[in-house]
Amino acid sequence: MDALHVAVNGVAHDLEGIDPRTTLLDLLRERLHLTGSKKGCDHGQCGACTVLVNGRRINACLTLALAHEGDAITTIEGLAQGDMLHPVQAAFVEHDGFQCGYCTPGQICSAVGMLDEARQGRPSYISGAAEHVELDAAEIRERMSGNLCRCGAYVNIVAAIRDVAQQVAES
Amino acid sequence: MTPFAYERAGDAAQAVAAMAGNPGAMFLGGGTNLVDHMRLGVATPDRLVDVTRLPFDRIEETPDGGVRIGANVRNSDLAAHPLIRARYPVLSQALLSGASGQLRNMATTAGNLLQRTRCVYFQNVDTPCNKRRPGDGCSALGGYTRHHAILGASEHCIAVHPSDMAVAMVALDATVEVLGPSSERRIPLVDFHRLPGDEPNRDTVLRHGELITAVALPALPFAVHSLYRKVRDRRSFAFALVSVAAALQVRDGMIEDVRLAFGGVAHKPWRATRAEETLRGQPTTPGQFARAADAELAAAQPQPGNAFKVKMLRNTLVAALQELAGAAA
Repeated sequence: MDALHVAVNGVAHDLEGIDPRTTLLDLLRERLHLTGSKKGCDHGQCGACTVLVNGRRINACLTLALAHEGDAITTIEGLAQGDMLHPVQAAFVEHDGFQCGYCTPGQICSAVGMLDEARQGRPSYISGAAEHVELDAAEIRERMSGNLCRCGAYVNIVAAIRDVAQQVAES
Repeated sequence: MTPFAYERAGDAAQAVAAMAGNPGAMFLGGGTNLVDHMRLGVATPDRLVDVTRLPFDRIEETPDGGVRIGANVRNSDLAAHPLIRARYPVLSQALLSGASGQLRNMATTAGNLLQRTRCVYFQNVDTPCNKRRPGDGCSALGGYTRHHAILGASEHCIAVHPSDMAVAMVALDATVEVLGPSSERRIPLVDFHRLPGDEPNRDTVLRHGELITAVALPALPFAVHSLYRKVRDRRSFAFALVSVAAALQVRDGMIEDVRLAFGGVAHKPWRATRAEETLRGQPTTPGQFARAADAELAAAQPQPGNAFKVKMLRNTLVAALQELAGAAA
């Protein structure tokens, strides 16, 4: 059993007795009782477990908790500021970007990370050598392909993310 | 998951030492493949040596004009790096065609090379597999073979290597830098992965306890004219049915030099040297491109479920070369 020091949503945790088999997702859900991050496939294929580690989106199901010593983790529970929703959360509500809601925390965390990647000018397979990343629907779908929605709410998910991307571009 | 001990390596020598004398120990990188395999029971290490904090996280220009990529550079960072995008677009595109945004943020350069086949029988511990347990037999032979090899397979294994990144790197003549218990060595990437033969359990020539520290790309000025073309069952976040990494140097309509590698068709990234030889000194015509594909694919031995790959790869190579020839003209 091992020790682990992580910051989750700005709160420092000094944890003891971590079984090395514990994934980051299980640590968040079972130990810290942050059940917003969802266990969908548990194989990195659906994206429901997506969280931000040091600002970058990853699949929490495919990474061991102990590999995150000293890391800063943001989950869906850490995005809003009090009662004020994060712009991506607000856009999902505005555009009805969900049906059952199970994939939604992962979709939103993934979108937050993806928008930051695009802002940094990081390329995608379809934007290729382009200097400026234009987040149109095709570009958003490619960059969000790690998040599946079994209800098929993609049209509204894309609209919500596009709305935020345009707000960012205009600000 | 079977129980294991976890330790974080403080430096490279300590990491290598931790593996020595521990046949059940494994290095842990981004974890995207290994953690999944541990959960599935495909991998059962009794000790994990986490090497992700080792300082192999830089991308540096080398004195000869090449680029040296640290083993821990994440796939997304490598794909986005200005040197890679400018000099080796085929590598950036290959990385971006693989996995998802989240996985690319986790996966490391060394881990990408060492990821294992996605053959469904390999990943299912309830079906016999010579790669998982030598001597058990190959369930893919006579089974579901849509995603399996057409080149270089054996009667023991018809699995393919799943990496896109490695296909581009093989085309670029990359070298793998390795630290072992007593020495360092450099392995040409084209010789790093193995064909299955009668030891399909061995994916690479790496010995137990050897640690990849970097991948070096030599200078290849004409790789500014390079691309990665991938064909798959869905448009994003899927492994290749076939893929082509290509770089082309053209002068006055004639091919001066070319680099070609194929993915999704063999147990290793397939350097297409016969196709390259067929193209050097020849005109950039579709007919010549097709002859090059045929020269390489003459040795193809498809399975009943993947005979389509021969024509698909031929067409993909011709299309990739036409695109490059058009861009270079």
